[in-house]
Amino acid sequence: MLEVSNLTIRFDGVPALDGADLEVEDRSIHVLMGPSGSGKSTMLRAIAGLEYPDSGDIAWNGLSVLSVPVHKRGFGLMFQDYALFPHRDVAGNVAFGLRMQGLGPAIIHDRVDEVLELVGLPGYGDRSVGTLSGGERQRVALARTLAPRPRLVLLDEPLGALDRSLREHLLVEMRAIFTQVEATVLYVTHDREEAFTIADRVAIINGGRIVADDTPEGLWHQPPDGWTARFIGLENLCTASRLSELGVQPPFETTTTGVIPPEAITMSPTGSHTATVAGSHFRGGAYRVELELGADSALVTWSPIGLEPGTTARFDIDPARISWFED
Amino acid sequence: MDRRESGALARRMGNCGAMRTRPWVLLLAAIPALFLAYFFVYPLVTILYTGLVPNGQFATSAFAEIVTNPTMRSVAWFTLWQAFLSTVFTVALGLPAAYVFARYRFPGRSLFRALTLIPFVLPTLVVGVAFLAVLGPGSPFGIDLRGTIWAILIAHVFYNLAIVIRGVGVLWEQIDPHIEDAARSLGAGRWRVFREVTLPLLRPAILSSAALVFLFSFTSFGVILVLGDLHHTTLEVEIWRQATAFLRLDLASALAVLQLVGVTVILLIYGRFSRRTAGELPLRPSAEVARRPRTTGERLFIAATLGMLGLIVAAPLVVLIGRSLSTPTGPALTHYANLINPPRASAVFVSPLDAIGNSLRFAIPAVIIAAGIGLMAAVVIVSARGRSGRIFDTILMLPLGTSAVTIGFGFLVALDQPVDLRASAILIPIAHALVAIPFVIRSTVPVMESVQRRLREAAAVLGASPRQAWREVDLPLVSRALAVGALFAFAISIGEFGATSFIARPATTTIPVAIFRLLGRPGTFGEAMAMAVVLMAITGIAAMGIESMRGSRSGGV
Repeated sequence: MLEVSNLTIRFDGVPALDGADLEVEDRSIHVLMGPSGSGKSTMLRAIAGLEYPDSGDIAWNGLSVLSVPVHKRGFGLMFQDYALFPHRDVAGNVAFGLRMQGLGPAIIHDRVDEVLELVGLPGYGDRSVGTLSGGERQRVALARTLAPRPRLVLLDEPLGALDRSLREHLLVEMRAIFTQVEATVLYVTHDREEAFTIADRVAIINGGRIVADDTPEGLWHQPPDGWTARFIGLENLCTASRLSELGVQPPFETTTTGVIPPEAITMSPTGSHTATVAGSHFRGGAYRVELELGADSALVTWSPIGLEPGTTARFDIDPARISWFED
Repeated sequence: MDRRESGALARRMGNCGAMRTRPWVLLLAAIPALFLAYFFVYPLVTILYTGLVPNGQFATSAFAEIVTNPTMRSVAWFTLWQAFLSTVFTVALGLPAAYVFARYRFPGRSLFRALTLIPFVLPTLVVGVAFLAVLGPGSPFGIDLRGTIWAILIAHVFYNLAIVIRGVGVLWEQIDPHIEDAARSLGAGRWRVFREVTLPLLRPAILSSAALVFLFSFTSFGVILVLGDLHHTTLEVEIWRQATAFLRLDLASALAVLQLVGVTVILLIYGRFSRRTAGELPLRPSAEVARRPRTTGERLFIAATLGMLGLIVAAPLVVLIGRSLSTPTGPALTHYANLINPPRASAVFVSPLDAIGNSLRFAIPAVIIAAGIGLMAAVVIVSARGRSGRIFDTILMLPLGTSAVTIGFGFLVALDQPVDLRASAILIPIAHALVAIPFVIRSTVPVMESVQRRLREAAAVLGASPRQAWREVDLPLVSRALAVGALFAFAISIGEFGATSFIARPATTTIPVAIFRLLGRPGTFGEAMAMAVVLMAITGIAAMGIESMRGSRSGGV
C-alpha cells in the first residue's frame, strides 16, 4: 500500500503540492484527477522519486521510501510523451528494465514476448520505435513500464496524446490489463470520463491538496463541495432558498447548497414544476436541455425529445437524489 | 538521478536556486582549460607582447607603421571590404537556395543539399586551386581573373554558401507554415508575408550566418594567397608574409593583434544573433513543412536556383579534375604519376607521396586529441548549465574564430619555453586539434542536451542507476555525434594550411603545404592540381561519412 502524507513541494517558493495526503490500496486503480497546474504531475514525480519533497512523507507498506533513489524504488512510471529510447527497438525498450534487474537473456526474451502479447503488440519486437503510430507507442510505453513487474504503476496522462476514439478503446483495454496482472496503479488525468471509466477510486487534487477521495459513484452522488461537483461535471448547484421555492427542503439548517444531478430531473407533461427552456442541443442519444429557473439560476438535464427554446416545460425533481453540503 | 539528488541536497541545505558545480566537473574542466591556456592563450599573449614590447621595451612603433604605411592601410581596408562584399553576395545567393531546400520537396533534394556542403568541407587551398583552374591562366572559359578581386569574391561565395544555406535553412524549414498561412488569411500578400512575417523570424539566423561568412572571409588565407597572387593581400596573408618572408615579427604581431580585435568584434556580433536564433519559436519537424512545387513558376524558381548552385559548386571541381588530367598530348594520368615519381626531385623538397603519408600520420593524433578534449569539454558544458557553462563554451570556440595563421605564428613565437617544442612535429597535430575542438564540441553538445532529461528519468524509473543511465542512454546517443566530430577533425587536419605553413619543416610537409610549393614552382601546375584532387578525394570521403552518420539518425520519438 502506498501512503502519501502531508506532502509539500515548492518550486522557487511557490507550492506545487501543499500538504497532500493519499492512500492507494494494493491491486486497485486509483485515479488522481485535477485541473492543469493542480500539482498532480508533481505528486506523481515525487512518488517516483524524480522530485524531492520539502516536507511530508511517502511510504510503501509503512516504510518511508524518501531515502530510496529513483532506480531502486521499484515504482514504474509511464510518461505522457512516452520517453521511448530512440536508439533501441521495441524489444530493446521493453527489455530495458529487465536488464537493469540483471536478468538473463532467455528470461528477458520470454518476458518481453509475454508483455508485448499482453499489450496487443505480438511480434513487434524488432520494429524501430520511430516507425510506430501514436497508439502503438503508447502500448510500447505501457509494456516497458509493466515488464519489470513494478510494485506500483504510475501513469502520467497516458492517453493524453491520443485522439478520442483511440483513447476510449485503449482505456478499456488498459483496465483489463491492470486487472489481469493485478497491478497497483496510480493514474493521473484531467479528464472525468477517463477517470470514471478506469478508476476504482478517484482522488481530486486542487491547489496542491487532495480535496476528495472516493469511488466514482460516491463522488457523483455525494460531492464534498461545490468546486468538486462542478469539476466532475455536476452543473446544477442551487442555493437552499431556491430549492425551498421548488418545494425541496434541505435536511439540515446549516446546509446551504444542493447539487441536483441531471438524472434527478425528469421531463414530464404532468410535472409539478415549470421552467422556461433556455436551450436544447442534441448530443447524440438525447438532448441536453437548459431550464431557466429565474433570473440567476438554471438547471441542466437530459431529455429524450428536443424542446423549443422559449417555451415552458414541466418537470419533476427527485429530492432523494439531491446531495447537500455547506458551501 | 544526479539532478534530483543535488536538488534534494540543495534543498536540505536550505539553498534553493543556484546549484553548485560538482567537483568532478571542475576536475574534468581543468584538462581542456590547461590545453587551451598553453596552446592558445599563451601564444596569443606572446604575440601581443611581441607587438607591444618588440625589443625589450614598450614601443608602439609597429602599430604606428601600420597606420602610417599606405600599403598596410590598404591591406586593412581591402580585408574589410572584400569580406563585406563576399558576405553580401553569399547571403544574396544563399537565401533563395535555403528557401528552396526548406520549403519544397523535389527529386534529388537530399543529393543537392549534400552537394552544397562539399565546398565548406574542402580545404581552402583546394578551393583556391580549383578557382585558379576555372578562372586563372589557361581557363577553359578563356578568362584570367587571377589577381583580381572577382576571383576572390567568387571563391568566397563558393566556400561560404553552405553556411547560409544550412544556417538559415535549418530555421526556415522548421518555422510553422501556419504562421504564414495565418498572415495570408489576415489579408497579407505573398511579398508582405515574407517581409513582415518570414524575414523577421529569420533575421537572427540570417545575421548570424552573415557574421560567420564575414568572419571566414575576413580571415581567409589559402584562397587569397592563391588567387590574389599577392596583388591583393589581407591581414592574414600579410601576417604570414611579414613573419616568414621579411622576418618582421614585430609588424606581424601588430597585424595579428589588429586582426584579433576585428575577429573579437565579429564574434561578439555573431554571439548576439546566434543566441536569438535559439529563442522560442513555434517550430515543427521539417518533414511536415516541405511540399511539392505546384505551379510552373515554383518549378522554374526551383530549377533556376538549383542550376545556379550546380554551376557555382560543380564547375570549379569538374574543371579542377579535368585540368589535373590534361596534358599537352591529351588526357592522361601523367600529373598523378609525377606525384609518385617526381621527375624534378630535390633534396629540400619532400616527395608528394611522403606528404600524403605525413598528412595521414598527423591526422591520427589530431583526431584523438580533438575528440578527447572536445568530449571532456562537452561534458563540462552540459553539466555546468547556466552562466559558467556558457562562458566555458565561448572560450573553447575562440580558436575557431582566431585565424589559423595567428595560431601557427603564435606557436612559432611562444612555444620555445619551458621546452622548445617548435622543432617537434607534435605541434602540427596539436594546431589541427585546436582548430577541430570547436567542431567536436558543436557536434556533441546539442545531442547531449537533446538527450532529454525525460529519457534519463525513464531509465531511472526502470531501475537504471545514474551511471547505468549514462552508459545506456547518453553514450549510445552521443557516440554517433562524437564520430561525426572526429571525422570533422580528420577533415580539418588533412586540409589545414594556415597554421601548418608556419610550423611544417621540409621533412614534415603535409598535402596542402606540398600543393602550395608545387604551385610556386615553375612547370608543376598540373601536379599541384592532381595533388589538390587527391586532397579533395580524401576530404570528400570524410564528408560522406559525416553526412551518412547524420542522415541515418533515427529520430521522431
